[in-house]
Amino acid sequence: MSSVTTPPLSRRAGEGKDPAGSAPGGASPEEEAALQAAFDAAVAAEERIEPRDWMPDAYRATLVRQIAQHAHSEIIGMQPEANWITRAPSLRRKAILMAKVQDEAGHGLYLYGAAETLGTGREQLLDKLHTGRQKYSSIFNYPTLTWADVGAIGWLVDGAAITNQVPLCRCSYGPYARAMVRVCKEESFHQRQGYELLLALSRGTEAQHAMAQDAVDRWWWPSLMMFGPPDEESAHSARSMEWKIKRHSNDELRQRFVDICVPQAEALDLTLPDPDLRWNEQREHWDFGTIDWQEFRDVLAGNGPCNEQRLHQRRAAHEDGAWVREAAAAHAAKQAARATPPDPAPGAADTKTPPLPAEQAPQSRPPEHAPQPRADESAQRGVEHSS
Amino acid sequence: MSATTPPATLAALPLGDDALILSHRLGEWAGHAPVLEEEVALANIALDLLGQARALYAELADVLGSEDEIAYLREERAFLNCQLVEQPNGDFAHTVVRQLFFSTYQQPLYAQLTPSLPLAAKAVREVAYHRDHAEQWTLRLGDGTEESHARTQRAVDALWRYTGELFRPVEGVDARWEELEEEWDTGIRAVLGQAGLTVPDSPRHGAWSAGAGRQGVHTEPFGRMLAEMQHLHRSHPGATW
Ligand SMILES: [Fe+2]
Ligand SMILES: [Fe+2]
Repeated sequence: MSSVTTPPLSRRAGEGKDPAGSAPGGASPEEEAALQAAFDAAVAAEERIEPRDWMPDAYRATLVRQIAQHAHSEIIGMQPEANWITRAPSLRRKAILMAKVQDEAGHGLYLYGAAETLGTGREQLLDKLHTGRQKYSSIFNYPTLTWADVGAIGWLVDGAAITNQVPLCRCSYGPYARAMVRVCKEESFHQRQGYELLLALSRGTEAQHAMAQDAVDRWWWPSLMMFGPPDEESAHSARSMEWKIKRHSNDELRQRFVDICVPQAEALDLTLPDPDLRWNEQREHWDFGTIDWQEFRDVLAGNGPCNEQRLHQRRAAHEDGAWVREAAAAHAAKQAARATPPDPAPGAADTKTPPLPAEQAPQSRPPEHAPQPRADESAQRGVEHSS
Repeated sequence: MSATTPPATLAALPLGDDALILSHRLGEWAGHAPVLEEEVALANIALDLLGQARALYAELADVLGSEDEIAYLREERAFLNCQLVEQPNGDFAHTVVRQLFFSTYQQPLYAQLTPSLPLAAKAVREVAYHRDHAEQWTLRLGDGTEESHARTQRAVDALWRYTGELFRPVEGVDARWEELEEEWDTGIRAVLGQAGLTVPDSPRHGAWSAGAGRQGVHTEPFGRMLAEMQHLHRSHPGATW
C-alpha cells in the first residue's frame, strides 16, 4: 500500500473532469489500481473522501443508497409528528413541535444535497422513494395515536437516530460526515425535548401518566429495530465498516442505546415493556429480551400499520405540488430568456425574482450550501426562551 | 376587558388572534408542501407568527389569563381575528395569495404600532420576510404556466372579499387606517400587475363582502379549525403540558 503523502497518482480527479466519473479520462488498469490504492490509503488514514476524489463505484453506490434512505426517512418522518401539530395542547409545545418537524425537512435538504454531490439528484431519488424502489426507516410506519407519541418519538426514535448517527460524523465521505454533524446537533435537541415532554406527562395527571406509559409500550420495541437486523444477518455491514462508512455493528449500537435508555426510563418513572431487562455484571451491559424480527420483516416488506398511508401522502404531496414546481421552472426559464435579449427592453428587470434553490445546479451544491432553515433561529426563539 | 384596559392591551387581542390563526393554518401544510424548501419556509412563517401571537397574548395576562387560556379556552365568538387568516389553505396558490394579502397589511400595521406594542422591530423584520416570500411566489405562479396563472387568479378573486375588513378601525388599535389601505392597495396592485394578474373590480366593501371577524363573527370552517386546535387541551382540564 502506498504512502498517503506521496500517492502514486493523485486521488483528485482534477479540474475539468467529470466529478462523478470513477475512472477519469479512461484510466488504464495500472492507473485504476493506483487510484484504488490511494483511495484505500486515504480511508485507512482517516482522510475524508471528497466529491472530486476518485472512489470505487461500489463505494459511491453504497453511499447513495444509504444517504438516500436516510434523506427519505427524514421527510417521511415528518408525517407522524406533523399529525399532532394542529392539536398540540399548549402554544409552547406547538412551537417546539413545528420547529422539530421543520428541522426534519432541513435534514432532508442537507442529505439530498449530500447525495447530489455523488451525482444523483433529488428528483431521481424521490422518484425511487415514490415508486417503492428505495426505502425509509420502518419506524415511521407506526402510527402516532396520542399526544404522548410525540414525546416517545423524540425520546426513543430521535434517541436511536443519534446513537446511529453520531459515528457517521466521522464517516469517510466528507459531505455526509459534515451533514451528520449538523443533523446530530439538532437530533439531540429533539431527543431532550421528547424526554422533557414525557416527563411533564409522567408527572402530570393520572391520565397523562397513562398516556405516556402507553406510548412507551408501543414505541420501545420498534425503536430497537431501528438499528437493523442482528449482525449475523446484516447484508451490508462488513464492507461499510471497511470503508469507514459504518463504524459499529448494529448489535453494538443497539446495546449502547438500551444502556442509555434504561436509567432514563427510570428517571421518567416509566416502565420499559421488557420483563427480561436486567443488569449483567459480567458484560457490564443491560440484557434485554428477544426482538420480534418477524414483525420487523413484515413492516419492512410493506405490511406495517402505516406503510400505505405514509407513501400515499408523500406521493400525493408530490403530485399535488407538480404544477407549483412546473410554474417555478417555467418562470425561471422565462426570466432567463428575458434577461438575455440582444437589446434589453427597458423595464425587463422589473420581473426579476431570485431562482428557487431547487432550480440551482444540483451537482455543484455541497450540503453546506443547502438552504439554511432560517428556523434554527425561530426554533430557539420559540423553544428556549419561551417558558 | 375593562374600560381602563390600556390601548396597547386592547390591540393585542385582535392582532394576536390574527397571528395565531394564520400560524395554525400554515402549520397544516407540514408534510404536504409542494417542495421541500417550502416545508421549511412555511414552517418558518408559522413559527414567526406563533411567536408574535405569544408575545401579544403575554400583554393580556392580567386581563385574560395565560397564553394557553387565551388560545385554548375561548369560544369561537370571542376570537377577534380577521376572516382572511382563518380561510382554509386551499391549494398552494390560495395559501400564497392569503399570505400576500395579509403580510402586505401586517407589515405597515406593525410598523405603525411598533412603539406601543411589545413586538418591536423584530416582528416587522419577520413580516417583511413573509411579504417578500409571498411576493416572489405570486410572481412565479402568475408568470409561470397557464395552470399556475389560472389557479392564482382564482385565489385572488376568491380571497379579495376578505380584504376590506382589514382596514376597518379596530377598537384599541391606534392606526392610521386610510393610510394603511392606500399603502396596501398600491403594494398589491404593483405585485399583481407584475405577475400579470388582474385586480378584481368587485368591491372590497359592500353588502356582500366579508368582514365581521373583529366582532367575533367568523366563517364556517373556523369552528372546525378551533375544535381540532382546542380539543386535547380541553379534554384534560387543569393539566399542564
Ligand atoms: Fe432528523
Ligand atoms: Fe429529529
